[in-house]
Amino acid sequence: MSEPAGPEEEPAEVGAPAEAEAGAGAEGRPRRRWRIPILSLVPIVAFAALLGFGLGRDPRLVPNALVGKAAPAFALKDLRSGRVITLSQLRGHPVVINFWASWCAECVQEHPNLFATWQRYGNAGVVFLSILYEDSPGKAAQFERQLGKGWPDLDDPGSRTALNYGVRGVPETFFIDRRGIIRFQQVGPSTYDLLNTRIRAMLPSAQRGRLEAAAP
Amino acid sequence: MSTNGRTSGPRGGHDARRAPTIAERTRSRPAFTTMGLALAGAVVAGALVLVATKGPSAPLTVNERVQQIASGLRCVACQNLSVADSPSKMALAMRTEIGHQIRSGKTPDEIRDYFVARYSDWILLSPPASGLALVAWVAPALALALGAVALAWALRRKRPGRPSADAPPTPAERARIRRELAMLEEPD
Repeated sequence: MSEPAGPEEEPAEVGAPAEAEAGAGAEGRPRRRWRIPILSLVPIVAFAALLGFGLGRDPRLVPNALVGKAAPAFALKDLRSGRVITLSQLRGHPVVINFWASWCAECVQEHPNLFATWQRYGNAGVVFLSILYEDSPGKAAQFERQLGKGWPDLDDPGSRTALNYGVRGVPETFFIDRRGIIRFQQVGPSTYDLLNTRIRAMLPSAQRGRLEAAAP
Repeated sequence: MSTNGRTSGPRGGHDARRAPTIAERTRSRPAFTTMGLALAGAVVAGALVLVATKGPSAPLTVNERVQQIASGLRCVACQNLSVADSPSKMALAMRTEIGHQIRSGKTPDEIRDYFVARYSDWILLSPPASGLALVAWVAPALALALGAVALAWALRRKRPGRPSADAPPTPAERARIRRELAMLEEPD
């Protein structure tokens, strides 16, 4: 004990006789000792919360900004007939546009659902169109021979129409009502129920009733 | 570092027999350092402003303009690459589209709007300074400011607490000194 230690610095070294002081220190000190660790935790926790929020969201699940707006026009060649199909000539019909590729497993998976809904609504004025995405016409033709497709399959050179529709990948399916407005966009494979519901929503109620009566 | 300057006080450099070194001169005149730094800063800032406002003298080719716009857009097929950097087919299609639009006379802003209209703000690599994305712009500055405040606060608090030989002992310290002296004097 050559030199008195600063009582402010090290209250723990206060000897037994300094009971009054030790008591005073016990009152003020512990609280202060915890304040800095706790305060320094605040930005860490805030940052972790921000990360958790950001990483918890699927960055691909961003709604297409075109839903509710007019569907972009196109004039594309049907791979089978060579006929050019434009969207404007289909005004007055609900249109289902399916972007797909033969290399895409989910497209293969959803194909029977598209086929079944096409069989059901194709004769009721609903137009089905497929637009090929980053694939060769030869492979598309092979896919159709194997799995069957009764509706036009359009070639989209340079993916210009896919870009114009804000497509991120395949499969994606757009439901365009009779006035040419995009009502819904399905990202990923479509189930039969989803196709059924979305197509019916675009039909006038009288027609919906007739289809209901005809359905088994 | 000679001890000469240190032992003879702050003006030691001038009293020394030999000529003062640059380090000593600048130490004795902090204004010199500050002025030098300010001058260097001004030169750098001036150069930056010149480059930012004038840009390269030659007009950009269509390809360079495509690259410029593409580098600010997110590739839609691959998440964390720009359209300029991605080798994917979709990015190529986007670059081609940007080229088409530049040739048809659209401005870079119009082209960016074209993509935002389809892919929303998600397509922009730097988020817009509005809405939730504002956090990305404000948070770093806010964190820096808070850190500076916390640092200043901590430094201010620490200074009075530091034991100083000049400061008179507080009544509590006086009492303790008296007690401990008494303990030393008392045999056992």
